[in-house]
Amino acid sequence: MTSPLLCLVVDDSRVIRRVAVDMLQSLGFATAEAEHGLAAVKFCRTNVPDFVLLDWNMPEMDGITCLRALRAMDLEPPPRVVMCTTESGMPKICEALEAGADEYIMKPYDRNVLLDKLELLGLVARA
Amino acid sequence: MTGADFTLIATLLKERSGLIITPDKGYLLETRLGPIVRERGLASLAALIEVLRQPGSDALKNQIVEAMTTNETSFFRDSHPFDTLRKSVIPGLIQRRATRALRIWSAACSTGQEPYSIAMTLKDHFPILGGWRIEIVATDISAGVLERARSGTYSTFEVQRGLPIQMLVRHFDNVDDQWRIKDELRRNITFRPINLLGDLASLGTFDIVLCRNVLIYFDQPTKTRIMHAIAHRIAPDGVLMLGGAESVIGLCDAFSGVPGLRGVYGHAAHIPPKPASWLNLPVSAVS
Repeated sequence: MTSPLLCLVVDDSRVIRRVAVDMLQSLGFATAEAEHGLAAVKFCRTNVPDFVLLDWNMPEMDGITCLRALRAMDLEPPPRVVMCTTESGMPKICEALEAGADEYIMKPYDRNVLLDKLELLGLVARA
Repeated sequence: MTGADFTLIATLLKERSGLIITPDKGYLLETRLGPIVRERGLASLAALIEVLRQPGSDALKNQIVEAMTTNETSFFRDSHPFDTLRKSVIPGLIQRRATRALRIWSAACSTGQEPYSIAMTLKDHFPILGGWRIEIVATDISAGVLERARSGTYSTFEVQRGLPIQMLVRHFDNVDDQWRIKDELRRNITFRPINLLGDLASLGTFDIVLCRNVLIYFDQPTKTRIMHAIAHRIAPDGVLMLGGAESVIGLCDAFSGVPGLRGVYGHAAHIPPKPASWLNLPVSAVS
């Protein structure tokens, strides 16, 4: 039996982390949490998650800086990064894609949106 | 809801759209017609049905049929049919069409996600079609959803269902808090109100017909009638694509499944035993 994929949920809101963790665990993922970008980078020095659900606006280190830092770490295998943010304009989306984001979720979102995005990345089997 | 009330709505739906609603799906009436009850300031579904019994309720009848026949959709819904289009069906047609023209029919397009998904697939994967005459005809029974489809404008929530973010960036403009598909994709799509039980001859002939997740709402004789009507609208070597829970088996002998391609059907008389030769593709590409 293979071990479940690990998702690192990075958000400064404990409530939002909780909601995301509940959804991800119901889909069979293992989860870890970080309350800002700096904590996420620190986590990834010792653990390589399969994918990261990454908020944009956070204290200490914001999501886009964290994303660039994660890509600069050359993690193996490189985790998929899904930005998950209230930032919903085209310039921000393009900035995230240029920095190496694989997908982008605009908040608020629900389980179906999350599932669709994870399917697109091949992280859950398509129905 | 009384039995008589249910029968009144069920009969209306059957007569106007062919839609079959059985008593076990009665809850759908509550959820789908609730907005109409509220919009008209009525107290209950029973009150709405009372209005329906009055003479001159034609507008309400249309509204009810629209509400009951509009179904959830998303971009690249079920993903598999679009993989099949991209890997097998379209490459095969490109090789066979010396006329350099392709007509595609999205037969119950709802709010437009299916025809726009087709248009994005053609644009992203088949630059060779840039010099072809491409026409996508998108039809639905509901004038309301067609108007939305024609606008090509979607909420943030809608563009997050099934659409890769890179495609959102490539094919949409962000207008206020909405997302509007670019004109270059809208140009090739014609939206038309069509009842599948009506006369389809005016639509002409197509190379590909997508009629997905539609048949499931009809009874057996109506399914057969629609399948035969569609068969007359498909070119001899064209294909019909149905939804995952649908099949032509036992409904219409005009079609046979294309071996190796789930949910894809061709004219029975035209399908040779070897799918790869029919598609002009190596077997390895037909997966």
